[in-house]
Amino acid sequence: MTAVDVKPAETDLSGHDDAAGGRASRPRGKRRLGPGKAIPLGYLIGPLLLLGVWIWGSAAGWIDPRVLTAPWTVATAAWDLWESGRLGPDLLVSARRFALGLAFGVAAGLALALVSGLSRWGEAVVDGPVQLKRSIPNLALLPLLLLWFGIDERMKIITIALGVLIPIYLHTHNGLRSIDGRYAELAETLRLGPAAFIGRVVLPGALPGFFLGLRFAVTASWLSLVVVEQVNATSGIGYMMLLAGTYGQTDVIIVGLVLYGLLGLGSDAIVRIAQRRVLSWRRTLED
Amino acid sequence: MATNARGLTAATTVRIRDLHRSFTDDRPVLSGLDLAIEPGEFVALLGRSGSGKSTLLRALAGLDQDARGTGDIEVPEQVSVVFQDSRLLPWQRVLSNVVIGLKGPDAKARGREALAEVGLAGRERAWPRELSGGEQQRVALARSLVREPELLLADEPFGALDALTRIKMHGLLRALYERHQPAVLLVTHDVDEAIVLADRVLVLDSGNVRTERRIDLDGHRDPSDPRFARIRTELLAALGLGADLKETA
Repeated sequence: MTAVDVKPAETDLSGHDDAAGGRASRPRGKRRLGPGKAIPLGYLIGPLLLLGVWIWGSAAGWIDPRVLTAPWTVATAAWDLWESGRLGPDLLVSARRFALGLAFGVAAGLALALVSGLSRWGEAVVDGPVQLKRSIPNLALLPLLLLWFGIDERMKIITIALGVLIPIYLHTHNGLRSIDGRYAELAETLRLGPAAFIGRVVLPGALPGFFLGLRFAVTASWLSLVVVEQVNATSGIGYMMLLAGTYGQTDVIIVGLVLYGLLGLGSDAIVRIAQRRVLSWRRTLED
Repeated sequence: MATNARGLTAATTVRIRDLHRSFTDDRPVLSGLDLAIEPGEFVALLGRSGSGKSTLLRALAGLDQDARGTGDIEVPEQVSVVFQDSRLLPWQRVLSNVVIGLKGPDAKARGREALAEVGLAGRERAWPRELSGGEQQRVALARSLVREPELLLADEPFGALDALTRIKMHGLLRALYERHQPAVLLVTHDVDEAIVLADRVLVLDSGNVRTERRIDLDGHRDPSDPRFARIRTELLAALGLGADLKETA
């Protein structure tokens, strides 16, 4: 849209109505609607603001250290834990559980979504049980899982995977079913085989949904981790916090909380970066 | 009505006999339609909206599972379809869109060649959304032609383009047609487009071919040519738009 000098349109066959429109001039540059340009590292601003309030409140004496430990106390506690060699191994154990649970959950959720999304029979068999699982919280399943799989790592990873599977399944399935039917028609006329159809049309078309599911899944994975580490564990951040609770070490509890928060934020950021890379063909309000 | 070329030659690319199609019980869309297209023949199909042109094209493309009906359809092995929307996969780059489903080690090279033919050399790595509407439709043409079809089905392929782009696309399609020589069935609502491009124009009305006109203009087809105007008047009349109506419109 330009508002520069307009010639009378005598031979204009193109149907463009540049000449006919009003003459309101508008300053260039800014888009009026939509969220506007992305702020570099913008997702850090909110958490940093929160941290600022915490520091400021503690320094000014508005936050009672018995209610919420001051950030510097938490930082020293974290450093001490690290120095004494207690934090490192626990963190590693937690990270391993998180990663394995996420990997298995994503794989299972994706497979189920494909089966249920591409075949009516698959949907008839798979969708109901997944919806059933969806309405049962992991915490309620835990006693049963303990009975079935014991108290070792296997049980923890299965519990996490079960929590991860649900959002991956739901959003991938939804993304897959929202693919424009005209692309399936195109695939018919191009005589694509099932493999090419899944690889070129179905999976890439379902990717936006999958990534949304993945963001939920990452959070679900950390949440399940908290549950399994606080109910029955002898290692991990959750166990460390549980122990600290018994001894009244508020600072250690907060260290655990902050760690969970940071890890959650970090993994979400990684997913978002991957999402932007992989979905670069899209142009949405996000960009 | 100039010709009776229908089904007389032995070698036909498309042969349809007694085709019936309907979506509801009360009103058939196609009723007893016969059609033959010779190898390398360019046929345009005109008709008012709802006359069944798209239904016929979709029947030829094998895309009418939702319709009911009977009839014999013979089409060649290699059929390509160009839709009104370019129908490029937004998540595939231009070249991948062209060669999708192609087999063989030279697929990419053939894809590049096809893109060059439609004037889009150098845009192989672009995303579809980065192209204009006309460029997207040219990619769709390249995607169809790279498969060396014996029959090209085009469903109002230029319907969504502006008038200038459409004129350019007519030239391009005609040039590509002359190089590759597929049989073409072009569905359009634009009478001039049909006369400019086709060897034979069919007018579909209430489920059957009512009018058939061979376009015997040689060389450059100029809409200001009186013979062109005569054919246009004839076809418009067949579409139920008489000369008197046209004056007042």
